Amino acid sequence: MSATAHAHVEDHSEDHAHHHKETFVTKYIFSQDHKMIARQYLITGLIMGFIGIAMSLIFRMQLAWPGQSFPLFETILGRWAPDGVMDANIYLALITIHGTIMVFFVLTAGLSGTFSNLLIPLQIGARDMASGFLNMLSYWMFFISSVIMVLSLFVEAGPAAAGWTIYPPLSALPMAQPGSGMGMTLWLVSMAIFIASSLLGSLNYIVTVINLRTKGMSMTRLPLTIWAFFVTAVIGVISFPVLLSAALLLIMDRSFGTSFFLSDIFIQGEVLHYQGGSPVLYEHLFWFLGHPEVYIVLLPALGITSEVMSTNARKPIFGYRAMVASILAIAFLSTIVWGHHMFISGMNPFLGSVFTFTTLLIAIPSAVKAFNYITTLWKGNLQLNPAMLFSIGLVSTFITGGLTGIILGDSTLDINVHDTYFVVAHFHLVMGISALYGLFAGVYHWFPKMFEGKMMNKNLGYVHFWVTAICAYGVFFPMHFVGMAGVPRRYYENTAFPMFDELTDVQILMTVFALIAGLAQLVFLYNFISSIFYGKKGPKNPWKSNTLEWTAEMKHIHGNWDGPIPHVHRWAYDYSKVDENGEYIIPGQDFVPQTVPLQKDEEEMNH
Amino acid sequence: MTTLLILTVLVLVAIAIWQMTKIFELSRLKTERHQIANDTDNKNNGYMLFAFLIFIYGITIFSFWKYTKVLLPEAASAHGGEYDYLMLISMIIIFVVQTITQALLHYFGYKYRGEKNKKALFYSDNDRLEFIWTIIPVIVLAGLILWGLYTWTSIMDVNEDDDPLIVELYAQQFNWTARYGGADNVLGSANVRMIDIDRANVLGLDESDSYATDDVIVKELHLPVGRKVNFKMRSQDVLHSAYMPHFRAQMNCVPGMITEFSFTPTKTTAEARLDPDVVDKVKRTNAIRAERAANGEDNSDPWEFDYILLCNKICGKSHYNMQMKIIVETQEEYDAWMAGQQSFGQTMASVQ
Repeated sequence: MSATAHAHVEDHSEDHAHHHKETFVTKYIFSQDHKMIARQYLITGLIMGFIGIAMSLIFRMQLAWPGQSFPLFETILGRWAPDGVMDANIYLALITIHGTIMVFFVLTAGLSGTFSNLLIPLQIGARDMASGFLNMLSYWMFFISSVIMVLSLFVEAGPAAAGWTIYPPLSALPMAQPGSGMGMTLWLVSMAIFIASSLLGSLNYIVTVINLRTKGMSMTRLPLTIWAFFVTAVIGVISFPVLLSAALLLIMDRSFGTSFFLSDIFIQGEVLHYQGGSPVLYEHLFWFLGHPEVYIVLLPALGITSEVMSTNARKPIFGYRAMVASILAIAFLSTIVWGHHMFISGMNPFLGSVFTFTTLLIAIPSAVKAFNYITTLWKGNLQLNPAMLFSIGLVSTFITGGLTGIILGDSTLDINVHDTYFVVAHFHLVMGISALYGLFAGVYHWFPKMFEGKMMNKNLGYVHFWVTAICAYGVFFPMHFVGMAGVPRRYYENTAFPMFDELTDVQILMTVFALIAGLAQLVFLYNFISSIFYGKKGPKNPWKSNTLEWTAEMKHIHGNWDGPIPHVHRWAYDYSKVDENGEYIIPGQDFVPQTVPLQKDEEEMNH
Repeated sequence: MTTLLILTVLVLVAIAIWQMTKIFELSRLKTERHQIANDTDNKNNGYMLFAFLIFIYGITIFSFWKYTKVLLPEAASAHGGEYDYLMLISMIIIFVVQTITQALLHYFGYKYRGEKNKKALFYSDNDRLEFIWTIIPVIVLAGLILWGLYTWTSIMDVNEDDDPLIVELYAQQFNWTARYGGADNVLGSANVRMIDIDRANVLGLDESDSYATDDVIVKELHLPVGRKVNFKMRSQDVLHSAYMPHFRAQMNCVPGMITEFSFTPTKTTAEARLDPDVVDKVKRTNAIRAERAANGEDNSDPWEFDYILLCNKICGKSHYNMQMKIIVETQEEYDAWMAGQQSFGQTMASVQ
């Protein structure tokens, strides 16, 4: 604390313009600068996202045209698709790695890692993260875990294939499934490193937000992005260690013959020695992280949406305090709802009742957030930039996906739709698509901040948004019906059941939408890459935003502000604020940056 | 067919790329003026938001119109009616909320699209409004929670009242086995450690347990209509899930544990086959299968409706084909079928 105070004093007295000499390695590779680390996170995340989405397209093709021979399959999957027909084991591997990559590598590290790193120091008015070194370490551990995960795809017996939840005994016994050999070992190693990376990152975010806020930046003046990142980091610190313990115990069961999760197993003609363990214990440990993980993915997206929506609506976010309270309530509740993934796992039904109760409670803060977003749009002056469209899209999919949660969270109704495509449709809309929209909104909105003032092409952005938005509903809306027809998830093909014959049409429809959506992402990719190199510079504060990051230098310098760190005098949402005469506070300008002192007789909002 | 599809996709891709380069060229000209939405963009995208609302409604109506028929037929178990009713009410609530909120969201997006000299309303808080939309979900959810919990407790209450039939469902990669208690309706004790493949004791029954002697082990699940069935589930290798969608029943099978589920079948297979929805479904399905037969493809035999038990927890390579037929029949038919089965004791005796 004293060091922080000291740093503040220093900021006043000196110009902080002393630049260190940087080599290529310290600037682009082992950088300790949060802006560079954010870019590293984003680009690694996007590459992983590319792999994850490509996988989903491949197995969607298998679902639509089961058993068909596609030369493409043989090209990509090699011996896993002899004569272009996909093997059943590799199908399970594809869905497993798709889930793992999308949830952890893209939507946890790629989303929260990127924007927490970029925005926390810039929006709270800090020169960098509390510990640049830990931050660098966090990124490089993430990088190593990504590399291991990708390498696991090339293992002789195939990558992990037990589903992204890797429930034992399937994941523990190589005799049960070839993917549970070396592939699963690498999966576990990769995830263990990932967890360490995530913890280092989260601790850094927490400390930075608590300690390094600039003068005047009280907690109630923080932009909602920072609140979201902060609370996300807290949930991460609470729940990720539990996943680590689950992974460690699983490693023990696999390699050292312990029986934490295994008991009474007879497989391939012999009885195994395991006795006394319980797979249900693993499920508890996994979902103790697994459910908060959903919010680790979603909260940053909601935070980004709050900021982008308010800025582009030229209106304050409606109900700032309610939004903060909702974030806190969601965070708290998220840690006590994990059992709703386990209603029919064999755990005591009474526990199921408790988890139904807590689960449906979480719908309340979520509903408040959705209503507040809608009210933020009301009577606004909406600047429909691509980031704004993605934010509106997020609210739309968040509502559609969230509502079906009322069915899945109800233990009774869960009985018949559990593990069917209804669940797949639900979580893809509410956390997959919504969080991706949050990621895209963030990229379009903060691209100028990330790449020294360069802007992304808006028209390509519009094409990207509209095609994606239509296709996302095209894929996942009909999917609810497939689930309610009783089709289980993780089936390599549905041809073994004549009762699913007439669903082939729906499968084809969904796959076609998915393929088009995949193509639309190429538009984004092109836009992203070409804008990095050829993007034209826009104004310093292109979206006319109030937050501090737009007062920082456009050119990336170490320490963010050339001069002293700006001080904060108001909250982040004074858009279109008027005085008694109906005039803007700053004449001719519909926004009042946080650095502008309160005017005479001006009433301060929310603090 | 596939070639046609691939061609269509390729053509679409080509058009998309052509359009995009065009858009990109057009936008290049204006790059100098910057990439921030102007009034034209706001107008176009505002209209698009409105169109998107119509799209959402459209796809909803389309899906209901086209896919309602593929949903599961009326429940065939005693608790299934209650389940379906709760599902219906929840769905209605969801659709009301969905219709209203999506309308507001997208209509506001369209209505308040930005214009150069328009002023947004500075409106940051309204406690009463927020109270209202907190309390309404609270009340609705409280109702759903109470109702759901009441139903849940009664479904999950597996007890011995009303003389239930005791059936063990035994899961392994990748098939199901059922075991009946026999004349005494009591299952003999069993553990995977007592499995003796050579002597055909595949479920690991305790041969010295007298309760086991009259147990009947079968590969097709027969249930008498109208009698409560208590299922005891076991798995010998990995997690499986016994999913019986027509009965709104599901429970995981966990190695090292015996899990339970209970329901009363209310409709025989023969009755279910006469259900108009099922008749239509069979007709549609067989039309598809006839077409396949005409094309000389596999999987084209005519289908007759049957209740089915599926595995619904990822369990390995053939997870997608781990099933067992369920036949619900009258007590007489059931008794006749049971009389024709060999007991565990008889099987053991014949092996020795």
